[in-house]
Amino acid sequence: MNELLLVVTIAGERVALPAASVESVVELDTLIPVPRAAPHVAGLSALRSRVLTVIDCRRSLELGVTECANGIREGAVVELDGHHYALIVDLVEDVIEALSEPSPVRAAMGPGWERASLGMVETETGPLLVVDVAALIAGVEAKAA
Amino acid sequence: MDDLIADFVAECRDMLEALGGEIVAWEAEPDDRARLDNIFRFVHTVKGNCGFFDFPRLEALSHAAEDALADVRAGRRQADAALVSAVLAIIDRIGEMVAAIEASEEFPAGDDSALIDALAPGADNHAAPIAATVADGQGKAAAAPRTIRLSVELLDRVMSTVSDMVLARNELARRLRESQTDVSVDGAFERLSAIIAEMRDAITRTRMQRIENLFVALPRMVRDLSAELGKQVLVDIEGGDVELDREMIEMIRDPLTHIIRNAVDHGIELPVERLKSGKREIGLLCISARQSGNQILIDIQDDGRGIDGSRLVEKAIANGVVEKAAAAQLSRREQLALIFEAGLSTATQVTAISGRGVGMDVVRSNIERIGGVVEVDSTLGQGTRMTLRVPLTLTIIPALTVSIGSQHFAIPRSAIEEIVRANGESVTLEHVGGAGIATIRGRRVPEVSLADILGLDSQVPETDRRLIVLRPAGGDVYALSVDRIHDHEELVVKPAAPAIMATGLYAGTTLADDGSPILLFDPAGLAEVGGIRLEAQERAARIAEKSNATVGPKAVPVMLFRSLDGSRRALRLAVVDRIEEVPVSAIKSAAGQLRVQVGEAILPLAGAQGSDLGTDKVRVFRLSDGAHEIGYAFREVIDFATIDNDVIHADSPGEVSGVSLINGEPAELVDAHWLFANHVSAAAGGVEPLICRLPTSDPWMQNMLRPIVEAAGYRVIGEGDETHADLVIAAQGAQVDDAAHAIVLRDEPEPAGKKDASIYRYDRAGLLTALKSVSAGRGK
Repeated sequence: MNELLLVVTIAGERVALPAASVESVVELDTLIPVPRAAPHVAGLSALRSRVLTVIDCRRSLELGVTECANGIREGAVVELDGHHYALIVDLVEDVIEALSEPSPVRAAMGPGWERASLGMVETETGPLLVVDVAALIAGVEAKAA
Repeated sequence: MDDLIADFVAECRDMLEALGGEIVAWEAEPDDRARLDNIFRFVHTVKGNCGFFDFPRLEALSHAAEDALADVRAGRRQADAALVSAVLAIIDRIGEMVAAIEASEEFPAGDDSALIDALAPGADNHAAPIAATVADGQGKAAAAPRTIRLSVELLDRVMSTVSDMVLARNELARRLRESQTDVSVDGAFERLSAIIAEMRDAITRTRMQRIENLFVALPRMVRDLSAELGKQVLVDIEGGDVELDREMIEMIRDPLTHIIRNAVDHGIELPVERLKSGKREIGLLCISARQSGNQILIDIQDDGRGIDGSRLVEKAIANGVVEKAAAAQLSRREQLALIFEAGLSTATQVTAISGRGVGMDVVRSNIERIGGVVEVDSTLGQGTRMTLRVPLTLTIIPALTVSIGSQHFAIPRSAIEEIVRANGESVTLEHVGGAGIATIRGRRVPEVSLADILGLDSQVPETDRRLIVLRPAGGDVYALSVDRIHDHEELVVKPAAPAIMATGLYAGTTLADDGSPILLFDPAGLAEVGGIRLEAQERAARIAEKSNATVGPKAVPVMLFRSLDGSRRALRLAVVDRIEEVPVSAIKSAAGQLRVQVGEAILPLAGAQGSDLGTDKVRVFRLSDGAHEIGYAFREVIDFATIDNDVIHADSPGEVSGVSLINGEPAELVDAHWLFANHVSAAAGGVEPLICRLPTSDPWMQNMLRPIVEAAGYRVIGEGDETHADLVIAAQGAQVDDAAHAIVLRDEPEPAGKKDASIYRYDRAGLLTALKSVSAGRGK
């Protein structure tokens, strides 16, 4: 069986997250900002009794800022090294099956995408970029450091 | 069958763990029947079970040990060191085999006959090294699993479910408040709440474990270690029943082991050396645990050679840890604290046990990581005491919630020294080159605004903020200004994501009772990001302290106040007991001076002479010199301050001893000594008044003289009283036994002759002088 992918939209672009790493999709309402933290850390939110660190994927990919101030945002909950994160995306579409192994993208992408890319896969709805969750969470800072 | 084996293994492990301490204790006291019985019961159980399960080697071993111990029990044999070692070796081997059974492994084939032979009376102890080599591979497997019948994950899951339940309850409580419900629903909900709270308590307690679990292995460890080093060490363990978070116990296991190894290896000397320096040849190692507030204190104390502070300093300079100039300034405590610096060890010899120069720095960082502190105290030649202070639990931290704007944060309470209002009476805020300096009761403290550190906007003007005086672990104090202070809460703290920890500001995240996340600050991190140099401050503060000590009277803390006549005065803080407010009617002129009634006491009152007291209330300092109290009336307190300028002394003694510039304005210094000298001199109430014997039959003595004598501080007794009198007053012609302590009064103004030492009964000055000279004589 092929890998399952969660199709989301980040900054207007349809990309895929490995579905295995996503625990759930939640709606985030109130965000508690974290002063002085890296800019892509949008804040904290609570999911049941867990604290979620909310990551703004646009910021992380250097594609602008997601407006978090008002309205409910959709986020994919992932776990990395024992910490739970919510990745803010524009839209969560569906889970689909990958039809091929990821292959490198040879065309030039934006620097943010370049950093987070796990390669391109074929799907029924056409080629999709698979995004590395860890790279999204690490953000721009990690690269610099 | 598998279940039975699992039970057998668990039972063996439990008993093995408990036995570690027993055997060593038994060795120290071979006649202790109870311990012997315990050990015997263990081998007996193993033997019995082995027969049932078909473990022939185990059976042979336990059987041999049982036989030997049975002999001791029957008094056919004495327990000696060789026997104890042999039994230990067998128990070790049993432990390894049990571990192998548990892991369903085949135990490596080998011969146990050497071990069994060693049990025989008179056998030399050659079996032990063989046991040691075999133990190498298996030692880990035997030591690692601690007895936890309940899986830890399950426990954690229960814990987090309970947390969820608390949040759900809070949510329900909110909903219930919003909708109109009848009383019975509220009642039921209250009950549910109480049950949930109780459950939360209980589940928190399941995480607690007796520290005994950690201590129980220590005697055995010390025994093995001291045998290896050729030393004799007696271990004394106290406070095993202190409870500590299960995780915390695991976290301090390594540091504690390390400290004990150090104590045995470097602290306690060889028996010969000990005898030479006049100590008992057996070294004493005391390990004790006790709870103090929300901390657990673990003391490890040895009576060994102690730590040579000056050698540490030499080494530290050689290794470049401290500068030479700075080293000279180090206090003794700081010298000793150098052992926690990386790469320092005073051990001249590197042994297999310790002394490779790695260690104490790791110990310290491990302890600090769990929010604890390591302290060291040592006297050269007499021993060393290490104290570990660790918080009770890892996860629940008492904290203070504060806010900037609309956002809440938490500060661990352990770091908070005090909280003051920025515009409070004794607090001033100043800016020096843009940096904030708060002066709190005369102490200058660097100040940072939380809003500035966080880059948040604060709606509250600087003067309306609260200052939280923080002392981060190991650092010096600083003041943090926050908008508002909310509540003390016990927070369940979880580590935050790396991206958040990278700021250096936070120690973790937590959920408030309403379910919203709160960030917990790391006080040391705040200071660092806020640009406060804790180290430099600490050193500078100490240097200031030092110069204080040498100069002496400089920088005396005083209370600055306005007296009733409007002058600016200062009183040394140390003599002010407290401040009282009394109605004017409580102040009366009585018995020659103003007196004030404060509660039950009537005190002489100073500071009010010739002044208008007003009609309402008067504020009074209650001054104390330890034995006497007097009141000092004043109008208002101006500030706490220190005298750091020169004092211009008054020419003649009086209420005011001098003038000095305090906070830029002259202030009169009130002479407390003069106050007491003038207001209490005659008042009785010394610890033990002098006793004067007066003839009871003489009405003149009783009515005229007695008040004068009492006013001079004497207790008057009659002739019939057997108490030893310091002074006897008698009329001329009466029989006086002890002329040296007597005053004889005569009726005539003129003395009868040259040798007449009597005093004319109305010579008041002469009488007082005589009375004083006796009391002064006793004073010497």
